[in-house]
Amino acid sequence: MIVAKRKPFDEIKSLLKGYGKVLNVGCGTCVAVCLAGGEKEVAVLNAELDMARRLEDNPVEMGAITVERQCDMEYLEVLDSMVNEYDALLSMACGAGIQFLAERYPEKPVLPAVDTTFIGVNRAVGWYEERCRSCSSCVLGLTGGICPVTMCAKGLYNGPCGGTNKGSCEIDKNQPCAWYMIYERLKAQNRLDCIMEITPPSDWQNQVPRTVIQPGYKKPEKV
Amino acid sequence: MKSGSNLEKVLTAGHFAFTGELGPPRGTDADEVRKKASHLKGMVDAVNITDNQTAVVRMASWAASIIILQEGLEPNYQMVCRDRNRLAMQSDILGAYAHGIRNMLCLSGDHQKFGDHPQAKGVFDIDSMQLIGMVKRMRDEGKFLGGTEISHPPKIFIGAAANPFADPFEWRVHRLAKKIKAGVDFIQTQCIYNMEKFRTWVKQSNDMGLTEKVYLLAGVTPMKSVGMAKYMKNNVPGMDVPDELIKRLQGVDKKMQADEGIKIACEQIDEFKQMKGVAGVHLMAIEWEHKVPEIAERAKMLPRPIV
Repeated sequence: MIVAKRKPFDEIKSLLKGYGKVLNVGCGTCVAVCLAGGEKEVAVLNAELDMARRLEDNPVEMGAITVERQCDMEYLEVLDSMVNEYDALLSMACGAGIQFLAERYPEKPVLPAVDTTFIGVNRAVGWYEERCRSCSSCVLGLTGGICPVTMCAKGLYNGPCGGTNKGSCEIDKNQPCAWYMIYERLKAQNRLDCIMEITPPSDWQNQVPRTVIQPGYKKPEKV
Repeated sequence: MKSGSNLEKVLTAGHFAFTGELGPPRGTDADEVRKKASHLKGMVDAVNITDNQTAVVRMASWAASIIILQEGLEPNYQMVCRDRNRLAMQSDILGAYAHGIRNMLCLSGDHQKFGDHPQAKGVFDIDSMQLIGMVKRMRDEGKFLGGTEISHPPKIFIGAAANPFADPFEWRVHRLAKKIKAGVDFIQTQCIYNMEKFRTWVKQSNDMGLTEKVYLLAGVTPMKSVGMAKYMKNNVPGMDVPDELIKRLQGVDKKMQADEGIKIACEQIDEFKQMKGVAGVHLMAIEWEHKVPEIAERAKMLPRPIV
């Protein structure tokens, strides 16, 4: 899932300065699961904003709604009849959702309440770890299911570097060396031949906005 | 000859090579480079010019390399993957070659987190293995990584590093094999203190026939003090400093520790001269360039061959 964390409260408050009526739009998918921007977080943030602005003698009227997914126009329709009542929209979705909201309501200021952080896994409740940089050219089949682009601090395709330290990365003793793990896993699977060959330089595909059109589908004529 | 560099000539003639190291200044004073170079002149076959080592900004490696060329020394131009993408790397290589630089050392580079700009974006567009392959392609095929032709391709003697001590130890020899497959001509190792482990690694390399395909230069850094030895042991990733070495330094008077460090380095060099598969020594006298003449003399590395 996409993992995000809420922006510092003062930053959100500063973004909303000057707006008297704001609709806070939560997202019911990734950011709800990672406890950053779902229905509950919308309610908590609104209560905090309400209180802070009242203390400043500058009250704000906060509206609340959480849609299934902000990255899907179908789920944004429900907002069409609401947005005109507000001066601005605050989005608790990931960066993709925030942009889709802004695209749908181009006359409205759409402001982010979270910092989108990574594509990751749920290690424990409230604990998330990054696993994928969406490079568009997955090498996990060669690297024992451990991503060197994400998990190696240098993103090396032919590691480990000379800085690997008793299984840890040179940047931090608590950060495991990705290539040490790759080696250990492939060795246990008797698949070290996977990394005997040199991996050539990556054709970096994440340098421009990417589009995916699945087989049998085409770009809609009217958006 | 692949490049015709002095280092290549010394090695192909079968001499036991001796290379040094010079860290460029954190400023613009060319005389600082010249002063350090003056200690190394006539003492070594080539001088590694480090590239923003420990991720700290310094005078560009190619620029300091040109200064020492003008002083009559041969640079071994170090290039790390941390700070440049493939365009910048290739254009720097062209420029370096145009100025007479003939040796290169291809490295990943210390992570930017260690340096004076920890917030910098690490580039790592390609890694050290891929950099070796890129320089080889530029030299042997006369082509850029992108595939287009180079007019007057750079003829570089290609070097890389090897750390026989980092984990996993069993993989280290295979990593060397990969660098050879990528096209490396010579290897300079990480500073060696654990001689036992180094002997094992060289034997593995000999057994796999690797030392016949690459010139292996053993990395030596004399310890200046017990403090330095402890620091290297505990704080430098991938460094293997045995307790016996620290004990030996502790066993002499504080004033004599540096001398003892040089003595240990000379003993190591003596052994490397005899060791099958080792083609030379890379002396990394960190901020100790003025000691290189003494070390070269005591290690009986003088005079340097003229090929």
